[in-house]
Amino acid sequence: MTTSGAGGASMDTERRLRSDHVIVTEGLGRDFLVGSRLRRTRVTAVTDVTLDVARGEAVGFLGPNGAGKSTTIKMLTGVLVPSAGSARVCGLDPVRERRTLARRIGVVFGQRSQLWWDLPLAESFALHGAIHRVPPARHRERLDECVELLDMAAFLTTPVRQLSLGQRMRGEVTAALLHTPELLVLDEPTIGLDLASKERLRTFLSAVNARGDVTLLLTTHDLPDVERLCRRVVVIDRGRVLVDDGLDALRRRFAGHRTLVVEPVTPAAPPAALPGVVAVTAEAQGLRWRLEFDSTTTAAELIADVARRVDIRDVHVDEPTIEALMRTLYTR
Amino acid sequence: MLSPYPQLVRAGFRRHATYRQAALAGLTTNLVFGLLRAAVLVAVLAQRPVVAGYDVAAAITYVSLGQGLLTVVLLWGDTEMSRRIRTGDVVVDLGRPWDLQAAMLAADLGRAGFAVLARLVPPMLFGAWAFPFRWPTVPATWAWFAVSALLAVVVSFGVRFLLNASAFWLLDARGVIGMWGVVGGVLSGLVVPLAWFPEWAQTALAWTPLPSLFQIPIDVFLERDGTAGALAAQAGWAVALLLVGRVALHHGSRRLVVQGR
Repeated sequence: MTTSGAGGASMDTERRLRSDHVIVTEGLGRDFLVGSRLRRTRVTAVTDVTLDVARGEAVGFLGPNGAGKSTTIKMLTGVLVPSAGSARVCGLDPVRERRTLARRIGVVFGQRSQLWWDLPLAESFALHGAIHRVPPARHRERLDECVELLDMAAFLTTPVRQLSLGQRMRGEVTAALLHTPELLVLDEPTIGLDLASKERLRTFLSAVNARGDVTLLLTTHDLPDVERLCRRVVVIDRGRVLVDDGLDALRRRFAGHRTLVVEPVTPAAPPAALPGVVAVTAEAQGLRWRLEFDSTTTAAELIADVARRVDIRDVHVDEPTIEALMRTLYTR
Repeated sequence: MLSPYPQLVRAGFRRHATYRQAALAGLTTNLVFGLLRAAVLVAVLAQRPVVAGYDVAAAITYVSLGQGLLTVVLLWGDTEMSRRIRTGDVVVDLGRPWDLQAAMLAADLGRAGFAVLARLVPPMLFGAWAFPFRWPTVPATWAWFAVSALLAVVVSFGVRFLLNASAFWLLDARGVIGMWGVVGGVLSGLVVPLAWFPEWAQTALAWTPLPSLFQIPIDVFLERDGTAGALAAQAGWAVALLLVGRVALHHGSRRLVVQGR
């Protein structure tokens, strides 16, 4: 960033601060010196991350391994000191006001624990409440709610070291929410969980976010997490923001075409030369057609079009998978 | 608002109270080594009945208290924070709205509290039951001993905190901690009373926090001279080490590198 640009950038930051943003970063960067004292090399983990997250949003923060996701999150929580740029989280300077900020955010690291290994889960919650100075009545209320929604009553008195991963993660998320944070940062929260546990956690998080008072920032390699929870996706690679857009918009821009799957009443060859259709295949001896269409038409128009020609038993639209979307983005 | 620190003291106690069988095994080891150490000191005292003010009863008391205080003061084996720095788990600790050093001290005091019950009282009672033992003659000595033992824990915590914090710079603090294990045992008066050391060595050690760990609390219990000065020295070291620890944590955490996740 040039010096002449810095004034303008900070004014820009000010302007955005006044609006209701939970996270505002400006050219955030961090590099590390690695290697021995004699042969130091500078490794850049994050180069230039500029990002706004409004209150109540749910943002998927994605990128391949080593893209700088975790480093960015650690700068946002004030644990790592940025080497360039600036960040405001909940209106605070994360490094200088780390303790104040810690009261207002919750963080879940899928690969680390904030619970006390040797103590029963309930005692970890009590300690967590005390550390965050949550008034006992509110703590009770919040805890009861989480225990019920996450079905934890059966193992509250079990020492954390004896919990299964799925049980422990439910505990981790609860601990991160007990002090009613404004921002919940989730760093790979579903890593290693089985399908049922993942689904339970997603349902819970989506309910938490739907109430509108908790902003979610989620990193994951498990793209169904993003599909279930996030409307907006920020993709970073090599320390820079590559893409920042709504999930639907991204699908339309990058993921190629949607597919209309039609099941005609009687076996037939699929109709040719429909407007907007770019590829046609037939399956199941002509009882199922796949019509891949581009954005010059809509699913409704296409269905109407097909229905005029043949009797239809069933139709559905296949969205391009988020995996295909990410593959396209990462390899660009 | 309630302060979380008393609750952290309790949690420290509870965490260690979970492992009762380990405490029992450790206690047995302490007793066996205590017998060996007592045998050595008694053999020395067979040549001369009193060495530097210690007779047999004082030497037995010295060994019993030393063995008991070993796990209360915790000279060896505290590598938790350096491990958390190396693995990056320290980001969880740094991300909490607390004073990390105060929180760790609170938990350590809770741990020491459990060690008093499980590891200090039994060897004292055993020593007193099986051998000549020197109980305090004035009741106030018990209070001074409690204060001195508490200060010894804080001084030890201060040293351990610094040793572990070296991982912010070194990433692996095992070498530093291992070195402390060797030096600390001999020079803190755990093995042999420091009064048995040559004059110059005693003078040199008086300028270090080492006597604060074992020598001073035991001497306070034995009602040797200079209790007030000794307690003041302990308090001074406790404050100084905690302050240096705060500075180290502040600078160290700014150098934090968390790789891989």
